[in-house]
Amino acid sequence: MRRRGGWGLKALLEIDGVTKTYPGVVANNSVSFSVGENEVHALLGENGAGKSTLVKMIYGLVRPDSGVMRFQGGTYAPASPHEARRAGVAMVFQHFSLFEALNVAENVALGMEEPPPMRTLAARIAEVSEEYGLPLDPSRVVGDLSAGERQRVEIIRCLLQDPKLLIMDEPTSVLTPQEVDILFETLRKLREEGTSILYISHKLEEIRALCDEATVLRLGEVVGNVDPKTDSARQMAEMMVGASLMTPSRDSGSFGEAKLEVAGLSIASSSPFGTSLRDVSLTVRAGEILGVGGVAGNGQDELLAALSGEALSTPGTLKLSGQDVSALGPNARRALGLLAAPEERLGHAAAPDMSLVENALLTGGVRKKLIASGFLKWTEARRFADEVIGQFDVRTPGADHAARSLSGGNLQKFVVGREVLQAPEVLVVNQPTWGVDAAAAASIRQALLDLAAGGAALVVISQDLDELMEISDSFSVLSEGRLTQPRPAAGLTVDEIGLMMGGAHDMGVAHAAG
Amino acid sequence: MTDLAAINPTLLVFALIVASTPILLAALGELVVERSGVLNLGVEGMMIVGAICGFAAAYESQSPLLGFAAAALGGAALSLIFAFLTQFLLSNQVATGLALTLFGLGLAAMLGQNYSGEAVPATPRLNLGPISDIPFVGRVVFGHDWVVYFSLLMAALVWAFFKYTRPGLILRAVGENHDAAHALGYPVVAIRVAAIAFGGAMAGLGGAYISLVRVPTWTEGMTAGAGWIALAIVVFGAWRSGRVVLGAYLFGGVTILQLNLQAAGVAMSPELLSASPYLITIAVLVVISADRSRAALNAPAALGRTFHASS
Repeated sequence: MRRRGGWGLKALLEIDGVTKTYPGVVANNSVSFSVGENEVHALLGENGAGKSTLVKMIYGLVRPDSGVMRFQGGTYAPASPHEARRAGVAMVFQHFSLFEALNVAENVALGMEEPPPMRTLAARIAEVSEEYGLPLDPSRVVGDLSAGERQRVEIIRCLLQDPKLLIMDEPTSVLTPQEVDILFETLRKLREEGTSILYISHKLEEIRALCDEATVLRLGEVVGNVDPKTDSARQMAEMMVGASLMTPSRDSGSFGEAKLEVAGLSIASSSPFGTSLRDVSLTVRAGEILGVGGVAGNGQDELLAALSGEALSTPGTLKLSGQDVSALGPNARRALGLLAAPEERLGHAAAPDMSLVENALLTGGVRKKLIASGFLKWTEARRFADEVIGQFDVRTPGADHAARSLSGGNLQKFVVGREVLQAPEVLVVNQPTWGVDAAAAASIRQALLDLAAGGAALVVISQDLDELMEISDSFSVLSEGRLTQPRPAAGLTVDEIGLMMGGAHDMGVAHAAG
Repeated sequence: MTDLAAINPTLLVFALIVASTPILLAALGELVVERSGVLNLGVEGMMIVGAICGFAAAYESQSPLLGFAAAALGGAALSLIFAFLTQFLLSNQVATGLALTLFGLGLAAMLGQNYSGEAVPATPRLNLGPISDIPFVGRVVFGHDWVVYFSLLMAALVWAFFKYTRPGLILRAVGENHDAAHALGYPVVAIRVAAIAFGGAMAGLGGAYISLVRVPTWTEGMTAGAGWIALAIVVFGAWRSGRVVLGAYLFGGVTILQLNLQAAGVAMSPELLSASPYLITIAVLVVISADRSRAALNAPAALGRTFHASS
């Protein structure tokens, strides 16, 4: 495949001096770049760098304050996504824009300007999905699909409209390694057929593997263009962050006695689209970090609920330092040293409309002794909240601000920090660095490693395999509610992990046949 | 002295349909509102306002048709207050809906002060000549006023709207995930306001059917909880048009049956018989929604959640 972006080929999309300001923050400051025809163009940047605002403007969801966009040589100022789609711009969203209770064909129809009748559409979906190696049954309800399949729905919705420019916002964050390979093959095929792709990501290795050109954004401004084929990942990362990165370090010590023992744990999921846990067994020793990988929706939320005490299990299935805690609720488990930080920040890990002090009190009350005979100790609670804010670099005007007012990454730092600083015996975290920028993610991982070095046992559930490989001592995978036998993390290859995850089976076959 | 033979099956079924129609109309409107993701608990208030608007207009103009038109407008106007508060000022839907019911009851009592004890012209029944004279069938199937057929037609139209049309699909999508619908470029707030207004108009029609056909006179608080039953039936009907018809007729049927049983002097306490429609409807509700995961599957996922476009 020839690299063509820089060869003076005419530009498909040009962004010229685009600025967008929100009250108190400049999301994009005079951003200029262009995407050539037949080009896969990467947009790189940390969380909060302004990538999302920029693509929302291209897709007509947000209007720029100033600056111009040109598409295929003509002026381009879409007032709505409908206009953008009519012009030939399609977008695959990071958080899927799908409707769980509707079927695949209905979901596709909703994203099209003039959909054909349902029966014709269903046939077209089957046809196009086979052609691109993304098999999909048009009559299935989206709520029953895996994350990878859901993404296929989004992609096919875009492909049916023959877009000139396809925008993909962090498409691989929910996929298994094999699914990523298949996605890349599809994208390369699209480029050969003349579709340009604007690919947004902060995963540098992917950009090196796929993209022709890359524009780096930092704090709303373009800081440079890089050639992903020649520049190293580290160079790009430092450009993105604007500082040199630290790599978490650890001493690989020996492990102590078993802290958390789970044997034959089966729990039915409380949600209709959830996954029930089936016969889950695991042991985590003092000083050990168990990494639990797997594609989202395979029982991660249920496992966290079972360990934290939100869902009770049959007696004898859950032991903390030898004591049976299966029938104890979250606060009783907290008192014994078993803490948890769930994935959903707003509404699960934190109460959105309560202040950070109140949120600190909500989980820290037991272990930090912030409650005395039914009364709250506000001074101590505030001190504890300030301690979390200080140690984990939570950017907020003060501890009295509502949890909702924090950005996702900052709130994540707060909810993880809040548990870490309670000196847990066992800590269970789900997606500890979801939506957190690279520098902050590194410091959260370092805090988890330090906690383990201090003798705590950790269960880290994550979708980010690089993260798990970086911090785990042992590794297992949740697949359809079953947990694989934990294996030592050192020496595991990506292929082996992919096999453990067991996704993508039908998709590989489709490509081989095509 | 029990005299079950005194119960005339023709009159029983006929009265059942008349008793069910107001609830069916209001429930169909609320069904559309809830499918768009809005929970409007003000059905009772919109019904009673529809009842007085319809009665007043029919009395002043001596035209029942104008009365029904005024009732639909009155119900829709009241529902737009709810729409403004919840969709633009982002107020809590549950609290606003309850307030709407209280407001509607008070407003209707005030508007109706001069209409107590007055009479309105009757809404004509369908007359197909000889066909309407066929025993039982003639009366029960072909002997109603136009509103009964209109309510059943609306049930069919609502069903077809959701099953076959694109606007129906978009409305369901808005009720399922308003953020995704917004991201795809659909006007969430406008669609919801339209659904709320439709729900208000239907509730108004239901109220007018009580004051113009079923009773037909004006008394304060005459809807007597029909709006609440309509709300329950939407849930019982799992947000499906066909089951809502079934639910409305079940409630109407038990209501009429127990009245007949009371009149026939069945040896049961009248209090228990009067309570039976509510008890039976609740019992059926509990049985049908026993499978929690299936009930959750049918419920619009964004029901009652406030939407605010954050971008």
